[in-house]
Amino acid sequence: MTRFRTRTIVEFAIEKALFLCAAGSILVTAGIIFVLFFETAAFLREVPILEFLFGTEWTPLFYDKHFGALPLMAGTLLVSAIAMAVALPAGLLTAIYLSEYAAGGVRRVVRPVLEVLAGVPTVVYGYFALQFVTPLLQSFVPGLAGFNALSPGIVMGIMILPLISSLSEDALHGVPNGLREGAYALGSTRMQTALRVVLPAAFSGISAAAILAASRAIGETMIVAIAAGQQPRLTLDPRVPVETMTAYIVQVSLGDTPAGTLEYRTIFAVGMLLFLSTFALNLVSHWLRNRFREEYA
Amino acid sequence: MSTTAPTAGGSAGRHRPRHAGDRLLSAVGLLCMLLALAALAALVYDVAHDGLRRLSWQFITSYPSRNPERAGILAALVGSLYVVGLTAAIAVPLGVGAAIHLEEYGGRGRVSRLIEVNIANLAGVPSIIYGLLGLGLFVRAMRMERSVLAGACTLALLALPVIIISTREALRTVPKSLREASFALGATKWQTIQYQVLPAAFPGILTGLILALSRTIGETAPLITIGALTYVPFLPTDIWSPFTVLPIQIFNWVSRPQAAFAENAAAGIVVLLALLLLMNAVAIVLRDRFQRRAAG
Repeated sequence: MTRFRTRTIVEFAIEKALFLCAAGSILVTAGIIFVLFFETAAFLREVPILEFLFGTEWTPLFYDKHFGALPLMAGTLLVSAIAMAVALPAGLLTAIYLSEYAAGGVRRVVRPVLEVLAGVPTVVYGYFALQFVTPLLQSFVPGLAGFNALSPGIVMGIMILPLISSLSEDALHGVPNGLREGAYALGSTRMQTALRVVLPAAFSGISAAAILAASRAIGETMIVAIAAGQQPRLTLDPRVPVETMTAYIVQVSLGDTPAGTLEYRTIFAVGMLLFLSTFALNLVSHWLRNRFREEYA
Repeated sequence: MSTTAPTAGGSAGRHRPRHAGDRLLSAVGLLCMLLALAALAALVYDVAHDGLRRLSWQFITSYPSRNPERAGILAALVGSLYVVGLTAAIAVPLGVGAAIHLEEYGGRGRVSRLIEVNIANLAGVPSIIYGLLGLGLFVRAMRMERSVLAGACTLALLALPVIIISTREALRTVPKSLREASFALGATKWQTIQYQVLPAAFPGILTGLILALSRTIGETAPLITIGALTYVPFLPTDIWSPFTVLPIQIFNWVSRPQAAFAENAAAGIVVLLALLLLMNAVAIVLRDRFQRRAAG
C-alpha cells in the first residue's frame, strides 16, 4: 500500500518539476521584455522619443551628443536589403531546382552541405567578408572603402541563403502532387508547372521563409561589426562605412561604459528597437507558415 | 517530386521551343546552387590558406600577446570548453525536462499553447538580445560580474529553445504503440517515459543536444555584450573567473590592422571549425551506434 502511495507522490513531483522547466521559458521572455523595457524607459526620460526615432544624427559617445537612431536603422536596412537581394533570388531558384528538377540523390547530398553554411559561426563570416570579399570587390567596384555595407551584405546573403532555400523547398515540396499532375495533363512543361502552379501555391510558405530570413539578417551582429565599420551614417551608398544597430551594441560593449549612464542605456534602447522589429517579423512569418499548413493539411 | 513528368529535352522536335524555358530555369537554378557551394568552398579555402601556416603547437599552448608571433589561443580555447560545459550543465536538464513536459504531459490547454508559441518566438530572438538580457539580469542584477557563470547562464538561455525543439522532435519519433504497450503492462506515466520513451529517443536527443551546443561554441555577440574580456592571460579557475572564448579572441585579432594578427585570426578560425567538425562527427557516430544497437 505504502509503495503505491510513494509511487503516486513521485509521479506527481516529477510532473510538476517538468512543468516548471517548461514554464521557465516564459520567464525568459518576461526577463527580456523587463530588462529592455526598464532601461529603455530610463533612457526615454532623458531623450524625447521623437528625437530617438526620427533624429538624423547618432553621436552618443561624442562630446556633442545626439540621439537620433535613424542612421543606425538605415545602416541595418541597407545591409539587410543587400543580403536579401542576394539570398532571395538565389535561394528561391536553388529551391525550385532541388524540388522540381534535381534527382532525389542530388537533393539528399546538396541540402545538408548547404545547411553547413548556416552552421558556420558568424565571426568566421566576418573574417571572410573583411579579408576576402572586400579586397575582391575593391578590384572592380570603384571607390569601395575598406569598411562598407556591400561586402557584409553579400556575405550575410550567403549565410541566410540555406534558410531560404531549405524552407522554400519544404514549401514547394508540400504542394500536393495532384496540382502538378493536373498541370502536366493540360500540357504544361515543367517550367510552366513550377512557375505558374507550384510557386503560387507555395507562396505563403515561401514568404514565411523570406521574412524569417530578413529577421535573421536584421539581428545578425558579427559580420557587420567586423566588416561594415562603426560610422553611423544616413546613406544608401553601399560603398562607404555604416553602422548597424547590432554593431553599435557591440561597439559600446567593448568599451568600458559604466552602468546607469545614458550611454549605457542607449544599447538597451537600440536593443528594444531591434527586439520589436524582429519580433514583429517572426510573428508574421509564423502566421504565414500556419496559413500554408492549413491550406494543404 | 516523384510524379512522372515530361522530361526536359530529348522529346520530339516539335516541342523543342517549349522546353527551352525548362532548360534555362533548370540551368539557372543549378548555377545558383553551385554558386552557394562555391562560396562555401572559397570560405574554407581562404581560411585554410591564411591560417594553416600559423597553426602550430606553440599557437595552441600560448597565452595572448602583443607580439603576434608569440600569441596563442590557450586561454580562449580552455575558456570556450569551460563555458560550453557549464552551459550544457544548465541548459540540458531544463531543456530536456521542458520538452518531455510539452510532448508527453502537455495537453492542448491554454498554458501549453502559450508555452509553445513562446518557445517558437524565443528561437527567433537575435542572439545579441540574449546578451542584453544577460547583462541586465546576470551581470548587474544578480551581481555575477563578467564571470564564466554569467556567460554560461546567458548562453544556456540562448540554447534552451533550440534544445527544446530538437528534443521534442526526437520524442515524437517514438511510436505510440510503445507507450501503450508499457501502460498495458501496468507501468505509470513516468515509468513509461523513463524505461521506454527516453531510451528509444536517446540517439535523436543526443544528436540534437550536441548540435545545439556546437552552435553556442560559435556564439560571439552575446558574450561581448555581457562584457567578456578580450585580453585574458590566464585560465579560468572556477565559475567566478573572468574569461574569454575562441570567437572573441578571433574577433579581437580580426579588428586589428596588422596583417600578422589577421593570420592569427585565420589560425584561430581553423581551430574553431575543427572543434565544430569534431562535435558534429561525434554526434553522427553516436547516433549511428545507438541506432544499430536498437536495430540489432
